[in-house]
Amino acid sequence: MDNREVILDIQGLTKEFPGVKALSEVSFQVHRGSVHALVGENGAGKSTLIKILTGVYQATAGSFTFKGQPVKVEKPLDAQCLGLSVVHQELKLVETLSVAENIFLGRPQSGRGGLVDWRRMRDEAQKLVDELHIQLNVGREVSRLSIAQKQIVEICKALSFNAELIIMDEPSATLTDNELNCLFDIIDHLKRKGITVIYISHRMEEIFRIADTVTVLRDGMHIATLPVEQVNRQQLISLMVGRELGNEYPKLPAEITDVALEVRNLNRAGVLHDVNLNVRHGEILGIAGLVGAGRTETARAIFAADRMTSGQIFINGREVRFSSVRDAIHHGIALIPEDRKQQGLVLGMSVKHNTSMVNLDNVCEHRLLNEKRERELARSMIDMLDISTPTEEKEVRLLSGGNQQKVVLAKWLAVDSEIMIFDEPTRGIDVGAKAEIYKLMCQMAQRGKAVIMISSDMPELIGICDRIYAMREGTVSGELTRENFSQEAIMELAVS
Amino acid sequence: MNSGGKRFEILKVLGDYVILLPIALLIVVWTIFAPNFLTYNNFMNVLRQVSMVAILAAGQYFMICTGFIDFALGALVGLCGIIFAKGMVDWGLPPVIAALAALAVGLLCELIDGTLVTKFHLPAFVATLGMMYIGRGMCYVITNSYPVSKLPASIGWIGRGYIANVLPWPVAIMIIVYVVVSFISKRTKFGRFVYATGGNREAAHLSGINVDLITQCSFLLGGFFSTLTAIILVSRLNSGQPSAGTGYEFQAVIACVMGGVSLSGGKGKALGVILGAIFVGLLTNGMTLIAVDSNWQQVVQGVVLILAITFDVYKQRRQAESR
Repeated sequence: MDNREVILDIQGLTKEFPGVKALSEVSFQVHRGSVHALVGENGAGKSTLIKILTGVYQATAGSFTFKGQPVKVEKPLDAQCLGLSVVHQELKLVETLSVAENIFLGRPQSGRGGLVDWRRMRDEAQKLVDELHIQLNVGREVSRLSIAQKQIVEICKALSFNAELIIMDEPSATLTDNELNCLFDIIDHLKRKGITVIYISHRMEEIFRIADTVTVLRDGMHIATLPVEQVNRQQLISLMVGRELGNEYPKLPAEITDVALEVRNLNRAGVLHDVNLNVRHGEILGIAGLVGAGRTETARAIFAADRMTSGQIFINGREVRFSSVRDAIHHGIALIPEDRKQQGLVLGMSVKHNTSMVNLDNVCEHRLLNEKRERELARSMIDMLDISTPTEEKEVRLLSGGNQQKVVLAKWLAVDSEIMIFDEPTRGIDVGAKAEIYKLMCQMAQRGKAVIMISSDMPELIGICDRIYAMREGTVSGELTRENFSQEAIMELAVS
Repeated sequence: MNSGGKRFEILKVLGDYVILLPIALLIVVWTIFAPNFLTYNNFMNVLRQVSMVAILAAGQYFMICTGFIDFALGALVGLCGIIFAKGMVDWGLPPVIAALAALAVGLLCELIDGTLVTKFHLPAFVATLGMMYIGRGMCYVITNSYPVSKLPASIGWIGRGYIANVLPWPVAIMIIVYVVVSFISKRTKFGRFVYATGGNREAAHLSGINVDLITQCSFLLGGFFSTLTAIILVSRLNSGQPSAGTGYEFQAVIACVMGGVSLSGGKGKALGVILGAIFVGLLTNGMTLIAVDSNWQQVVQGVVLILAITFDVYKQRRQAESR
């Protein structure tokens, strides 16, 4: 067993919200200098636990000790001062300030006369960045950094508080593989310095690659804490979902027929150049590439959400020109956007109203909205997609991430489009929900629809697609058929 | 279990119309302190006053639901009123034509604002604030700062008449307006599009909703309701006052917020707005009855607006946390 010092000892933490028990008597220990993975489906209680540790919430019962001392964390700053920092999934940086200013936000290095000593601040910041062996100019404005670089800023910020425990909340969700490797190097580095990392992720490969120990939460309860060597992927997944999960990528055979959508020489000034692609009925087409390669931009241009500079689009062999998103929808195209909160849903609206939003004619009678039809539509979607919500009247902002994503799907399934473009459909959602989404995509292909999946998760592309295009620098850099699929082959095409 | 469900229902209805509590409170307080408050005449008086702010609030309601606030509405009430009065008195237009001219001006101003917001990407705050100054300035320019009087007697019924000697016409118009507005927001696609656009513009756009068109329509509705309010006000005052409608846009915002329309857009019920307007009307009426100085009344309105919004923000946050 691990005989290193226990840095964090969680004892019976419980958190109740009105009507919900988000955490129930969770106890486990984290050892100094280890990388401790925290896994569980959405709604398992990970976020609640983190929020208690960092003082955002107060526990209903239970306590925890940090470095052997019982601690009372009442607000986030308390936690930071103790040496317990979080790198949030949604990064919390001030975009218009420099890297150095962000690192020392709220506590500038002051010199003589209480004025800010810019020089010292920059030097200190640069020292923190250099320690991680990263190339980054601390004078740069944060808005000009990539997401990966922003994460590094967050980590430096934590280090500037002399953090001894850093919690990383799904750091990999928005990273490409290259950036991920860089993050792992940093984590290794932190570990060697004796800093403990609690790593939250939905991706199994990562856990087996970097974690020493893994804790599984399910429905607010502690299920297991194990050394990573003692479990395999399948076991871990079944611990998380509490049931045996079949094949992770349930690919179903579908008959691939004629070309449904063809894009020729699509251009968008400064973003896309000469994008050529096609997808057939019954086919699941993957689009791989690094963040910024133009995948989302291609989807948006096809969907007429952004204007294209030039290019042609053919549907079932006939050339079409869309004047608006509405027009694209009428021609049978659906785009399930990557950011469900910003682009997919009206969070303040009910499940019912979100579901009917794209095609209100569906729920109209004599050109007027019909309450009953709308309710029926919502209920049928809730059943079909197994959306967990008490009623169809619930506001979607109150649902968990996975269920929100299902509402986005419901909204587009209600339209029954022939060509469906999914942009990162499984980002940030749990294994169980992922499998359901894959199944759904396969079923659509079986029904003769053309499915396009944009994804940064290579195993899922390989697992589910019939063909993959890789994009690089605003254009399609190559095409792979199923027999040539491999992560290496995709990466080869995705990087220059 | 069953009774728990029922209690939840009651709480939900109360939650939607929380405004009923302050209204009840005001009625009690004014009944005690203002001797003439609880009379039929005064009550009708309140309703008649309320009706104009309420009708204008219908325009503000669409704007807020789409995600904006229109600061120009009060000034447009003034400007449209001047056009209406001046049209009849100085330009010799029949009342109907004068009313249409006023409507044309109201719609034109809002068309300009809507275009600035949708096509030139100006913040609505700036566009409507600018229009507020333009509109009010034009009121004084056109009239040379003198009120327009000697209106034809034939328009008196709109602001001062009664239906069957019981129901004041402005109140009847207000009721019709809200029946229609409520119908539009609940039963038509346009109403839903307004909520969706205000709730999340990007998501609405990606759902195939023409968000620019919806925004433009909300502005135009603002112009329409400004004109309607202006005509009633001119008839009631029996003159075109260049300062008419000053501060109405603000009272309309209070009515909306008190009535449960969220300033973050995409939420609110039309019936709530009418109640909000009644609240505002009761507040000012009672203060006038107990002779509160009109300058102090402004202060009170400001305080009420801030309190109402604070409550709205607090409610939203609590709901978000308790999930």
